[in-house]
Amino acid sequence: MEEDATAENLFGQPGEAAQAGAGAIIEVERLTRDFDGLRAVDEVSFTVGRKEIFGFLGPNGAGKTTTISMLCTLLKPTTGRGVLNGYDIITQQDEVRQSIGIVFQDPTLDDQLTARENLEFHAMLYNVPRNERDERASRVLKMVGLSERGRDKVETFSGGMKRRLEIARGLMHYPHVLFLDEPTIGLDPQTRSSIWEHVHELKQQYDITVFLTTHYMDEAENCDRIAIIDHGKIVALDTPGNLKHSIGGDIITLHAVDAEAARDEIKEKFGFEAGVIEGAGEAKAPAEKSIRLEVPNGRTVLPQLVRQLSTEIMSVSVREPTLDDVFLNLTGRQIREESADKMKNMMRRRMRARGMRR
Amino acid sequence: MRRFRAIYIIWLRDLKRHFRDKARIFGSLGSPIIFIFILGQGLGSSFALGGLGGFDYKQFMFPGILGMTVLFAGIFASVSIVWDREFGFLKEMLVAPVPTWTIALGKVISGATIAAFQGVLMLLLAPFAGVHISPLLIAELLPMMFLVAFSMTGMGVLLATRLKTMQGFQMVMNFFMMPMFFISGAMFPLKNAPTWLDSLSHIDPLTYGVDAMRTIMLPHFQSRYPLGMDILVVGLLSAAMITVSVTAFSRQA
Repeated sequence: MEEDATAENLFGQPGEAAQAGAGAIIEVERLTRDFDGLRAVDEVSFTVGRKEIFGFLGPNGAGKTTTISMLCTLLKPTTGRGVLNGYDIITQQDEVRQSIGIVFQDPTLDDQLTARENLEFHAMLYNVPRNERDERASRVLKMVGLSERGRDKVETFSGGMKRRLEIARGLMHYPHVLFLDEPTIGLDPQTRSSIWEHVHELKQQYDITVFLTTHYMDEAENCDRIAIIDHGKIVALDTPGNLKHSIGGDIITLHAVDAEAARDEIKEKFGFEAGVIEGAGEAKAPAEKSIRLEVPNGRTVLPQLVRQLSTEIMSVSVREPTLDDVFLNLTGRQIREESADKMKNMMRRRMRARGMRR
Repeated sequence: MRRFRAIYIIWLRDLKRHFRDKARIFGSLGSPIIFIFILGQGLGSSFALGGLGGFDYKQFMFPGILGMTVLFAGIFASVSIVWDREFGFLKEMLVAPVPTWTIALGKVISGATIAAFQGVLMLLLAPFAGVHISPLLIAELLPMMFLVAFSMTGMGVLLATRLKTMQGFQMVMNFFMMPMFFISGAMFPLKNAPTWLDSLSHIDPLTYGVDAMRTIMLPHFQSRYPLGMDILVVGLLSAAMITVSVTAFSRQA
């Protein structure tokens, strides 16, 4: 039992992180990972502060999960280094693992066991003292609203309940950092927002750092800071507000009969650089094109634009920039459609795999 | 302490799963029962088999079927690592702050426990096959069943490092488990077997397990090897299988 005592001192209780003062809980330097000559993560460097909600935003295949896997010590970096909670992710695996909780993209619960048994299993593996196991299980179950279902088998749970249970399980050993890999993927909007409520609550109740990945732009707004990642590289890192300000103004989307002509005309008459988007965003029919431009002040530019353009305009809209626009600006692509399609394919593949198994 | 606890909880989880699955507990007794009471009865009353050592066929085959029960239950229980991988739970174990070998060892021990339990369940049917059992006999057989089970679950874990999905299990069944079972002399005396079969049986671990069980269960049965040798071979094999499989699993995971 002596080992327990040292472990407890080493990894500490919630609250200790805050006492230790500000400063980074995760420091990553030029982290790189290759798969058979393919570079999944390319010299990524960043730091995450204590008690921060830090988001990795990017399309599928951008390297988000690979980065998380390296931070969780499940994958060895090809080059580069990382320190989490003061422990080296390559040489101090057990200490790093004790410091983190993880919710993977795919469920990792034993659905033949009850919710409490799943928590108990986790507590045993993570060295939670025997006399605290029950109490902690009750506490985390309560937090995710599953108090009544503790003794039920997990196979009777819905997808959202399972995800919540996984979050609860990740908290059983009072980690310093909770990793959430696409925590809301495949969930309905209502469940999604409840997951987010839990994440915010976490930060208040547990003094915990949350590191999450998502490809939902609107959800990324919940983060304190976001790293936008594309093709294995971080292309921007800032608060959601600052990232949006970097666009400098408003977004006008214009749907014209001849998009190219409208673009050229705008350039000529107003000097704004506009981009043509194929069947994306606000365009009604997929074959049609819309054009998109950033202007310093949408409300004054828009009326002039409509008045002075000779090309026929079918619809026009003005709005404040979203993270989608930031991503588009940085990468020249939109994240939404691409990832939505990929999601559908992925789900289909998953369903097929499941069908075969049965 | 911490490692011991990890092994314990992995063992406990598998046992819980097993005992909750009543269909599996009794379902896996299905084929042994069919073998003994239909095949055993039918063959025993139609053919006069030589080399049974004065026992009737059902009595002769019972220890063999016991070996089969342990073989199948053991391999199946430990190959459950493949299920765990498919359904994601393996990740929960792999990311925990415990060494990987504790996971493999926990699986080996739980598989052996389950296999030995299934063996004991099977033993309760011994009187129906005309084999006399007593608590003492069960106590004598139990260590032997555990020993055989350990070598089987060791193999199971080793297979699980190779098998990526459960679909490959059919191959294991047809090209590995069934031959091992038939070559072991579980179903027929090897005394009159052709040379090639006889030579193969010497390298089949189950031969020694079945031989030992027969020696223990059937009084005055003229065994193939001395009991001490059976125990030594199965014991060494179990130790080797456990070492190899735990190492292999740790390396790939």
